[in-house]
Amino acid sequence: MPDFEVVGVTVRFGGNLALTDVSLSARGGQVVGLIGPNGAGKTTLFNVITGLQASTEGRVELDGVDLTKLSPTKRARQGLARTFQRLELFTMLSVRENVAVAAEVHRRWARAKVDIDAQVDAILERVGLGSVADTRVTALPTGQGRLVELARALACEPKVLLLDEPASGQDDAETERFAVLLRELAAQDMAVVLVEHDMRLVMDVCDVINVLNYGQVLAVGTPEEIRAHAAVREAYLGQGADA
Amino acid sequence: MDKFLTFTIVGLATAAIYAVIGSGLVLTYTTTGVFNFAQGAEGMLAAFAYWQMTVGWGWPAPLAIVVVLLLLAPAFGILLERVIFRGLEGTSEATKLVVSISLLVAMIGFAQWIWSPDQARVVLPFFSGHKFDLGATTITYHQLITILVAVAVAIGLRILLYRSRLGVAMRAVVDDRSLARLNGARTSMVARSSWAVGTSLAALGGILIASSAGLSATVLSLLIVNAYGAAVVGRLRSLPMTFVGAVILGLLDGYLAGYLPTSGTIAPYVVGLRLASPVILLFVVLLLLPNPRLRSHVRTREYFPAPTRKGMLLFSALTLAFGLVLATTLSQSDLVVYSRIFAVGIVALSLVPLVGFAGQISLCQLSFAGIGAIVMAHLGAGGNPIGLVAAVVICALVGGLVALPALRLQGIYMALATAAFAVLLDRWVFILPNFSIGPLHVKLFELGTLEVDPLKVFGVTFSSPESQMVLVVVTFVLVSLLVVAVRRSSFGRRLLAMRDSEAACATFGLNLVGTRLAVFMLSAAIAGLGGAIYATQLASIGPNNFDFFTGLPIFMLVVVGGAGFVGGALLAGVSLAGFLPFLSSLWSGFANIETMLPGLAGIGLGRQPSGAAPQFSAGFAPLRDDTPVLVSMLGGMAVVWILRLTGVIANWPMILLFAVVFLAAMLAVYLRAGPTTFAAAARQAMSDTTVAPAPSTGPGERPVPLEWVGVTVPWTADRVAEIDRHLRLDAIPVREMATAADGGPDA
Repeated sequence: MPDFEVVGVTVRFGGNLALTDVSLSARGGQVVGLIGPNGAGKTTLFNVITGLQASTEGRVELDGVDLTKLSPTKRARQGLARTFQRLELFTMLSVRENVAVAAEVHRRWARAKVDIDAQVDAILERVGLGSVADTRVTALPTGQGRLVELARALACEPKVLLLDEPASGQDDAETERFAVLLRELAAQDMAVVLVEHDMRLVMDVCDVINVLNYGQVLAVGTPEEIRAHAAVREAYLGQGADA
Repeated sequence: MDKFLTFTIVGLATAAIYAVIGSGLVLTYTTTGVFNFAQGAEGMLAAFAYWQMTVGWGWPAPLAIVVVLLLLAPAFGILLERVIFRGLEGTSEATKLVVSISLLVAMIGFAQWIWSPDQARVVLPFFSGHKFDLGATTITYHQLITILVAVAVAIGLRILLYRSRLGVAMRAVVDDRSLARLNGARTSMVARSSWAVGTSLAALGGILIASSAGLSATVLSLLIVNAYGAAVVGRLRSLPMTFVGAVILGLLDGYLAGYLPTSGTIAPYVVGLRLASPVILLFVVLLLLPNPRLRSHVRTREYFPAPTRKGMLLFSALTLAFGLVLATTLSQSDLVVYSRIFAVGIVALSLVPLVGFAGQISLCQLSFAGIGAIVMAHLGAGGNPIGLVAAVVICALVGGLVALPALRLQGIYMALATAAFAVLLDRWVFILPNFSIGPLHVKLFELGTLEVDPLKVFGVTFSSPESQMVLVVVTFVLVSLLVVAVRRSSFGRRLLAMRDSEAACATFGLNLVGTRLAVFMLSAAIAGLGGAIYATQLASIGPNNFDFFTGLPIFMLVVVGGAGFVGGALLAGVSLAGFLPFLSSLWSGFANIETMLPGLAGIGLGRQPSGAAPQFSAGFAPLRDDTPVLVSMLGGMAVVWILRLTGVIANWPMILLFAVVFLAAMLAVYLRAGPTTFAAAARQAMSDTTVAPAPSTGPGERPVPLEWVGVTVPWTADRVAEIDRHLRLDAIPVREMATAADGGPDA
């Protein structure tokens, strides 16, 4: 069972503290929510975790292995995968090829003996992109673009899956299907960390929720605890989002 | 000690000129985002204009200086901004780069056209080089003036940037262009001013240096490469650090000039070191730059789809046929000229995986070709094909060696590093005598030209122009097929993925360094093969065949032709080695402006960033898909060709008949398909191959993207409901929404 720990991460941009002493943990089978107002530091934390952004202090560990000094590539090979809030799709390629690139690279470093075509087809069916597999990704609406990113992350068979606002751009039906998918992924012993603004989805699927505000952890707890948390209501939920 | 002082002063004078040019470069780069490769060429034109006024027309020097610096140069800068660079805002760095390189090439072409390089021109230093004593050493008035000018420029820029409204606006734009615009800074005014000032500074540098560097269009234009070093020390942002960089460069130059041995055994080995020192320093500084963050997604308008099997088959067949027709119809002397099409084409092909697929920039492909040519000359003696193999292997290794330190560089810095490598070869390595490193004996151009034997494979010697043409066209087609195979392979997909987002590639564990290294080596190997073949055609090669400046048009034309397509490489070869010599043969006066044309073509880039190749293939798509007409056309052309071979017709009627058959075929396709389908087919092909296709009506049920409701399709209740669902407005009472919908899109 994967055991993922972020301990005491601080990021300083010049004089500004983007993150102050942020810790977060996730275990296989869990969906861990990470919420907070815009600018709270959620994406910065993801960037620190995946190594795209250096942290001033703190460390990132997976199953007891310290990832802090590793490059983004090496961290991915340790089992981290993510999606991006601002889509990072490969615009020259079709949906299938976007996923196949990741699957091929994964097969190489994981020395996995898999049939790429079958694996990619299965992933596309699973996230619901089977019907648009051969479309060029730039032709997709944003909601489906986010699914391509998810499919690409799944192609690496990660231990920890970091999702940055995966449901924005999806309609209600799509979000419901997405919630089911998230639970299924967690049930496969994946640790899922979810940044999301759709409170209904977060409250539905998360086992634990971390609330960030001004780069600091404001609260950690179960959905019920977070809903009841006074400071959270004031900082975030109180501003009109439905709880 | 006196000697030391003298060289210090010489060095400081050189430093002053680099500082002036470099600060102009930094000024335009920071305020407009354009790294102006043509900065040196602007200085060069100014120096020629100054010569024309003072020597040509006999004007007094001060008047000429005022006219050039305060009138012509700013006006030219504003013109450039208005006509060329304004339209480039928001385009990729590569496009801006190609445009400014094109400008450089066009300006050199222009200068050589107006001021023939065959005539020697001299610009006298100020006060005719008079000097005075300063303590133990002497200093010329020209040196003194140069140093004082640089100090004045430093003070002037400081006042401009920190004490004037315009300067404040400039600094605001440097910090954040869109924010400055929102706050009312007139960014276009800022851009215009910095182009005017930047061009004036270039002109000043050009005039100051012309007396010592000599009035040569290429030498003066490439001096900019030296000033790059100064600007890069300032990381292209800091003016004070640019001045520091200039002082380091200048002093280095002065001391090398003073202390490098000019006679003795090691002299031939170090004679190029002084000229090469600025680029060596540039390379070192680039390597010391801190690691950039991984590049995330950049919006680009380019799109390079994989060619279809049929398309590729047709491309290969037509290219082979084209080569065969040329081989059988041209005279011997013409064949020697036109077989270069495919040799240049192979070097151009080397850029397709690198620039097209991987989105990297290399300005030193022709230098790799030069290395390949040298290897062929030495190891392929007697036409031994081992020479070709060795050229490929050695170039791949050298390519890897160059790339390894440069791999973490991106965009403009990668371009600078490869340019520095190319110039380093030109100025130093290619003019080295033979030398040994341990057991390795290295032979280069051996201080002159090398003879290259025609290739000999399986007892067949490719010595006649006809056989060479066939050899090179077949090689070109084979390499094209290799490049297309790369595009279709998983390696090719990784390159295209990396081009879009290195950050995303890292998150699934792609080895970025290894992938970039691999594509750089592949590209260098192809260039080396091209160079080796080219060498067997030329039979006699020298460093000039492979210098930095000769290589620039290849890079430009590949990008203009379509860097992601093998067709783009063919277009580059055809236009550079086919079309231009052809025009020159029709009208000799054309030779003068020959260098300008590729420049002009590159300047026009930006309208169609994917290049010309996809436009061509889209235009031919209806023909390609109509097999009966296609077959008849090819048959007709074959008949025309046979008529020519049997001597019934001459070359010109053959060309005319080819054109007639082609037009007839296009007409037939048009008539058979009917006008609407014809246009639709062409449009379909365009949208497949070029920029941002309209969202396709794929298998899903999304016929019209919602953004277009009310624009391309009328508002209907269904569509409004769908928009509401996407915007999550379902919660709002339906009656209000209905009013809004009835009111139409403006409500």
